[in-house]
Amino acid sequence: MDRLLRFLYTYRVFFTFFVLELLCAWMIVTNNQYQSTEYFNTSNRWAANLAGFSHNVREYFSLRAINEDLADENARLRDLLEQESQRVFVLRSGSRDSSALQRYSYIGAKVINNSTQRYKNFITINRGRLDSIAPGMAVVSKDGAVGKVKSVSDHYAVLISLLNIDDNVSATITRTGHFGTAQWDGTDPRYISLKYIPRHVKPLVGDTIRTSGFNAVFPEGVLIGVVREVTLPEQAPFHDIKVELAQDFDRLAYVSVVRSHLRLEKDSLERLTTGLVK
Amino acid sequence: MTRSLTLQIIAFFAYLLLQVLLLKNLVLFNVAFCFFYVAFILLLPLETNPLSLLVVSFLMGFFVDVFYDSLGIHTAACVGVAYIRKYWLAAITPQGGYDAGASPAIAASGLQWFIVYALPLLFVHHAALFFIEAAGFGLFWHSMLKIIGSVLFTLTLMVLFQYLSWTNRR
Repeated sequence: MDRLLRFLYTYRVFFTFFVLELLCAWMIVTNNQYQSTEYFNTSNRWAANLAGFSHNVREYFSLRAINEDLADENARLRDLLEQESQRVFVLRSGSRDSSALQRYSYIGAKVINNSTQRYKNFITINRGRLDSIAPGMAVVSKDGAVGKVKSVSDHYAVLISLLNIDDNVSATITRTGHFGTAQWDGTDPRYISLKYIPRHVKPLVGDTIRTSGFNAVFPEGVLIGVVREVTLPEQAPFHDIKVELAQDFDRLAYVSVVRSHLRLEKDSLERLTTGLVK
Repeated sequence: MTRSLTLQIIAFFAYLLLQVLLLKNLVLFNVAFCFFYVAFILLLPLETNPLSLLVVSFLMGFFVDVFYDSLGIHTAACVGVAYIRKYWLAAITPQGGYDAGASPAIAASGLQWFIVYALPLLFVHHAALFFIEAAGFGLFWHSMLKIIGSVLFTLTLMVLFQYLSWTNRR
């Protein structure tokens, strides 16, 4: 026992180093689990306040661009409102399911922290649990898909950006209807790859890519981007498709968090079904 | 002793705030990042107790991680650098040894020595950072590009900063 203690004491620096690195490894692993509850990120109140302050300073340099974006968005929303009110009129006569009319509701939020150059990029927004935001919700902007909510605090939420090598989004080619998975390759923040589109499909440059709605996170048909490059390597079962993102992540200012009212129902129905099959 | 301790504590927060408020937004050509806060670990006095060096580095990395939403990654890299720092310092001891109470900085040992000292440590730190973030060596060459860009950027800033603060004091 005495010798053991002396041994530990002699190498105390190494052991402290070892224990600290183990602690780090544990933190990295738990942090990577999707939708974990966390306090030590920018949804933490102190960190978010500081990030918000830093953002406010930076915002002055991009006010003009933000104004243009908001004006665009206003115009588009006015259009949408018009269309929707007509559709509601049509639906009112047919369906008895009131939630068919509004499967999703939108919560506007401002981006206070964002990065695009790392492999795992996250976005912090200024809405949180008190604005009924929960982990797993989708986030869109006026241009297209942005990401999903990873963790929330009372007033802030951290999102996994589409520009995160861990993030997969189920996506379809609008023209052909085939679906695959959109995933970022970690290099250029303007492009994302569309994977698992089989050989027999013929995607063309210029095709639009939208979310498929299979995973119920994103509403169906949210624009992801436009195909810029299609290559089909010999022997490969799938195309290599390079998609230019519709949303320029370097100038993300305002986003909408999507609340899916029927998500719980869809998930539990699916789980029940797969449970029965097993 | 207590005065230098207070100064170190102030320096700790100064480096931290500088990093998360300002330098976090400073990325050149999408590849060169600036992790200037590592300078705090590199420039701590030579006779800093190795245990407190590890703990201080852990705290520094942890706080930076909170702001980078990358819990554990900066912490792991910082603790690694803090651990190998003393071995590297012993390996490159200049002729006649170090002065008592000195910091491993340009003012004490000269520019050439400082680059030999800081370059490999920064490289280790940045390599750990980017490879852990990419979760492996899948993006090897792209990560290498980021590492080399960031090492050069950070080192340049560290050298410039030392010359600035050094002339002020004289």
